[in-house]
Amino acid sequence: MASISSRRLRKELTEITTQGCPVGIKLLNADNFETWLFSIEVLGETLYQGEVFKLMFRFDSQYPISSPAVQFVVDNEFQAPIHPHVYSNGHICASILGNEWSPVLSVSAVCVTLQSMLASCKVKERPQGNDQYVRYAPDNPKKTRFHYDGKHHRV
Amino acid sequence: MSSDYEYSDDDIDYSDEDDEMMDTQEDGSASSDDDMDMDAFNEDFKVPSKAMRKTYEIEYDTLTQTAVEKAMAADIEHISGIFGVDASVASLLLRYLSWNKERLIEKYMDNASAVSISAGISPPSRSSVSSSAAPIRSHSSSTGGRSSGGLRRPTRQTPGKSRSPTPASVYPDAPSAAPKPEPFVCPICFDDSQTSFLSLSCDHQFCAGCWGAYLTSKIREEGEHSIRCMAEGCAIVAPDPFVRSALADDIPTWERFQELVVRHFVASNPSLKYCPYPSCTHTVSCPVAAHKSALTTIVPIVSCGASGTHKFCFGCPIEADHRPVICSVAKMWLKKCRDDSETANWIKSNTKECSQCQSTIEKNGGCNHMTCKKCKHEFCWVCMGPWSEHGTAWYSCNRYDEKTGVDARDAQSKSRASLERYLHYYNRWANHEQSAKLSIELYSKTEKKMEEMQVTSDLTWIEVQFMKKAVDEVEKCRTTLKWTYAMAYYLEKGNEKELFEDNQRDLERAVEDLSELLESQIDTEIISTLRQKVTDKTVYVQKRNEIMLEDTAKGFLDGRWSWNVSVEGFD
Ligand SMILES: [Zn+2]
Ligand SMILES: [Zn+2]
Ligand SMILES: [Zn+2]
Ligand SMILES: [Zn+2]
Ligand SMILES: [Zn+2]
Ligand SMILES: [Zn+2]
Repeated sequence: MASISSRRLRKELTEITTQGCPVGIKLLNADNFETWLFSIEVLGETLYQGEVFKLMFRFDSQYPISSPAVQFVVDNEFQAPIHPHVYSNGHICASILGNEWSPVLSVSAVCVTLQSMLASCKVKERPQGNDQYVRYAPDNPKKTRFHYDGKHHRV
Repeated sequence: MSSDYEYSDDDIDYSDEDDEMMDTQEDGSASSDDDMDMDAFNEDFKVPSKAMRKTYEIEYDTLTQTAVEKAMAADIEHISGIFGVDASVASLLLRYLSWNKERLIEKYMDNASAVSISAGISPPSRSSVSSSAAPIRSHSSSTGGRSSGGLRRPTRQTPGKSRSPTPASVYPDAPSAAPKPEPFVCPICFDDSQTSFLSLSCDHQFCAGCWGAYLTSKIREEGEHSIRCMAEGCAIVAPDPFVRSALADDIPTWERFQELVVRHFVASNPSLKYCPYPSCTHTVSCPVAAHKSALTTIVPIVSCGASGTHKFCFGCPIEADHRPVICSVAKMWLKKCRDDSETANWIKSNTKECSQCQSTIEKNGGCNHMTCKKCKHEFCWVCMGPWSEHGTAWYSCNRYDEKTGVDARDAQSKSRASLERYLHYYNRWANHEQSAKLSIELYSKTEKKMEEMQVTSDLTWIEVQFMKKAVDEVEKCRTTLKWTYAMAYYLEKGNEKELFEDNQRDLERAVEDLSELLESQIDTEIISTLRQKVTDKTVYVQKRNEIMLEDTAKGFLDGRWSWNVSVEGFD
């Protein structure tokens, strides 16, 4: 079945495997067209020097018309970065994953954007209302309606 | 309105004599007030003339979707004419400013190109693009002082000492990355079999298939009435003719899109409200309730016109008739009921014990007059008092006796007294609600009775409608009664409240009377007697309901009601 989604993901995967990921990003797993895993670190002098995070992309059949579900993985090995737009369960409040998603954006583009979101961080802190959010958060971050125009959610 | 139920000249014998005159009135619903007997009213209840609207009924219009579309088209045409732009452009401008024509005209006259850019009609000028100030979505700027473009644009580099090579791989097919001229491939699907490409005024080309999928998703999943270009960060909005052609033969999605635009038009206009009933497309226009300040004096209950059951409040989200009480008090009461639901839950239960023999009694009709099967004790379901006392004037089941100071001295008995007080009102509120529901059951019983009547008498179908009419009236009045308890709970003690409760008691007694008659055995009655009795009682109940609604509505207009709590808009 040559849906837009699988053709597009095959194309992106080919590029990643032949030309490599952007610097600081490594592909960990892309066995299917539903879930991809990456490791991500921020190079240079940033608050996250030496830290490595794991990113999970989940795609539905509407990708890239609709955005992928992207979050940091929190498990025995990995933690979500402490950042004003990243909840402790790994959910990210970033407008490009929500209302500013464009079908032209790609997995690599999202990785680079998140990298620069971390790089530009001035204070390591959790978003306001983190505990409250995490307690009631849906499994899929796309089900959350983030308000990007709020003072604390500008990405 | 069946002519049997018009008020006749004589308060005791409701004659049918002037049926024909009534039926020729233009507004059937507002007929015959002048026939009411003045003695039955208290002094300040003035009987309105035939032409006058009842105080508790408000002025409104119902509009079909087509009518709303016409009004919308008129606004678009108006703007299109003034600005000298296409209708599709005028429509986008209006949507951008929430259909506020005056504001749009003012802003457009001030700076047409700025408005056009903000509304997504024309691309920003070169200089503003290169500054990457992202004028459209200012909230996307980062907190770190970097330009917002840097966050969204994957081709930007990560700051820091080690500079990564530009990830050109992101757009391998972008013109700048293509070394030799190749046939254009859609940068979304990379499907090289696509041959048809579309773009908005910004010239961002994508294949027709991607446009179709994107627009469908925006319309179907996100319900958007202004859909931006697919290119990253591009704020150009697709005008309607583009949406129409890109959706090709997907007519249902195009129709859904038009509906979304209409809904936005309606939602932006404070004097319009969409009928909240599922899949109904009618709109109500009610300018008198457009301002919140009006809601302290009127209860704007409207009906969409598509169906008589589509009744809702124009002023608040309650999707039912909550007259006679105003929106803010109704809302306060519902919140209190929600908050105290656990305390009060037992009240709602369908079974109680007979106060004389303690056997369990189940309520299965709408009537409150209970007779214990075992000991034949007759009592009131609501207050559990003997029924014999309910017929006499000194007994008031509806009124809560506010106990004075003595036993409310310590905090504990105070809080118990306040709970008891609440339960008094809640009990009656819940009972009328439940009884109104039980009237559905009652109606099926009634229908059977009517069939029986048709068989056993020479009455026609039309002639046995008096039973249905009676049941409908009972349900309507129980709705009124239900809300009078919400209102009485918050009314300040005093003469006005006593008058209110007198009206409430009279209506309640009339309703219970009719309820009881409707549940009585039919075979012992001669049909014509029953018909006369039910008709008479229905007319009386209707009249009591009118008085209750009218007097309360006038009280709001006259500022006669004061509250024992602080209520929005009252000081
Ligand atoms: Zn395409
Ligand atoms: Zn564009
Ligand atoms: Zn309706
Ligand atoms: Zn209301
Ligand atoms: Zn008994
Ligand atoms: Zn009683």
